[in-house]
Amino acid sequence: MILLALNPLVSPDPGLFIWSTVTFLILFFLLSKFAWKPIVKALDERERSIEDALSKAEMAKAEMAKLISENEDLLKEARLERDSILKEAKEIKDQIVNDAKDLAKSEGAKLIEKAKIEITNQKLAAMAEIKNQVSSLSIEIAEKVLRKQFEDQGKQQALVNDLLKEVKLN
Amino acid sequence: MDLSHIFNSKKILRASFYAVLFSLFSFSANSQEHAAADTAHEPATAEHGEVAEKDEDISQMILHHIADSHEWHFFGNVSIPLPVILLTDKGLVTFLSNKFGHNDHGTEIIDAAGTQLVNYHGKFYYPSKVKSADGTYISHDGKGELLNGKPLDVSMTKNVVSLLISAIVLLIVFIGIANSYKKREGKAPKGLQSILEPVILFVRDDIAKPQLGHKYTGFMPYLLTIFFFVWLNNLMGLVPFFPGGANLSGNIAVTMMLALCTFVLTTFNGNKNYWGHVFTPHVPWWLYPLIIPVEIIGLFTKPIALMIRLFANITAGHILVLSLISLIFILKSVFVAGVAIPFVLFISVIELVVGFIQAFIFTILSALFISMAIEEKHAEH
Repeated sequence: MILLALNPLVSPDPGLFIWSTVTFLILFFLLSKFAWKPIVKALDERERSIEDALSKAEMAKAEMAKLISENEDLLKEARLERDSILKEAKEIKDQIVNDAKDLAKSEGAKLIEKAKIEITNQKLAAMAEIKNQVSSLSIEIAEKVLRKQFEDQGKQQALVNDLLKEVKLN
Repeated sequence: MDLSHIFNSKKILRASFYAVLFSLFSFSANSQEHAAADTAHEPATAEHGEVAEKDEDISQMILHHIADSHEWHFFGNVSIPLPVILLTDKGLVTFLSNKFGHNDHGTEIIDAAGTQLVNYHGKFYYPSKVKSADGTYISHDGKGELLNGKPLDVSMTKNVVSLLISAIVLLIVFIGIANSYKKREGKAPKGLQSILEPVILFVRDDIAKPQLGHKYTGFMPYLLTIFFFVWLNNLMGLVPFFPGGANLSGNIAVTMMLALCTFVLTTFNGNKNYWGHVFTPHVPWWLYPLIIPVEIIGLFTKPIALMIRLFANITAGHILVLSLISLIFILKSVFVAGVAIPFVLFISVIELVVGFIQAFIFTILSALFISMAIEEKHAEH
């Protein structure tokens, strides 16, 4: 303190001290009331609104992402369903075709069977016809032979025997 | 008390680096000034009497420039007289400072409304009964101390006028900004508002919040006021002409007032934990007689350090600039200006930075002291 008192520079002047104290306190109260309070409040409010806006944007982004992923899921599901439907359709088609083939086959087999029976029947009928023909022919031949026999009994007899043999061979 | 967290922030580290740098500057400036003063006090011998007189003139000039004054000097003989208000033992005495001429050597008794006064180096004293040997009405004791009584001087001095101007500027600027916040609610800042908003945010985010945590809101008005008050006055002190030029924030009465405000705030906001640190420190009981006085001294050294730091830094800057300019007159060559003026420019630019840094340091230390006072019990103890 003795050191401080030596230099006029470092000895506080009471008058200025009083003036500065009064002025500073008035300044402090006026600024606090009319400047700092509204300024700090406005800054806080602005910051809060910016933060709100940012968090809202973040939320919207998340919502969007959620929607997109949902859409994608939906699309995927739809695709899977389509695939399964297509697969099923193909299976059904194959089934139908196979069924048709089987049916056709069996029908064909039946037809063939019928045809075979018919053929056999026809064959038998034809054979019977042929037999009839042969018999009528043989009767004609017999007639002719008989006619010839009237000329040569022996020869006719031999001929008839030969013809009959031939018929039996058939 | 754990101060290690001060050094966590890079910004503070940088700031403290500057502070150290500039305190070195100020130290050198002070020593220069002392050197000048020492030579001035040497008895003037015949050989270098003229030089010593010159040195005394210059150190007088420098001290005169950074000291308070009852008039605002512009140039030459042009100056504004300021009202002198004295609380004498015979009551209030007021007059304009130029009413009784400019004699400040104490050789002339003035009669202001019946009160006998004498103006000695810009201060008013009651005159001695008899004239001293040097022709003044001022008497000294053996050690150079004045024996004259003096009235309480509450004059509107240069510093007081500068103080009022700065207060008015702060009020106009910040109430204007507050109004534009109200007017442009929710919109981007504009004009002065956008210039000062980052600074306000700087005070809030880099000074108040890191030091005071969530309790910062209550102290924001004080921190903002002190920051802008110190900063504006530092800057106004750098302007060499009206309305600047008063060395207000380099005046110890003003820094004392500011430090006292912080001291009052810390003392009245001190919680149980804070006072507990002082009166029941966490040391063995037999160390109490040693620690408690240290803690109590610590209460007072903090504001005193605040007071001295701002005063010394700002005054040193002014002395440095004035000393560099005085070089021209000491060396009696106009060519010295070629060196001195760039140096003055350089120092002035540094002083612009110092003005900001000192405001920052004053505010952050105030915040720190307040935070120590309101700090809750720590887990580490």
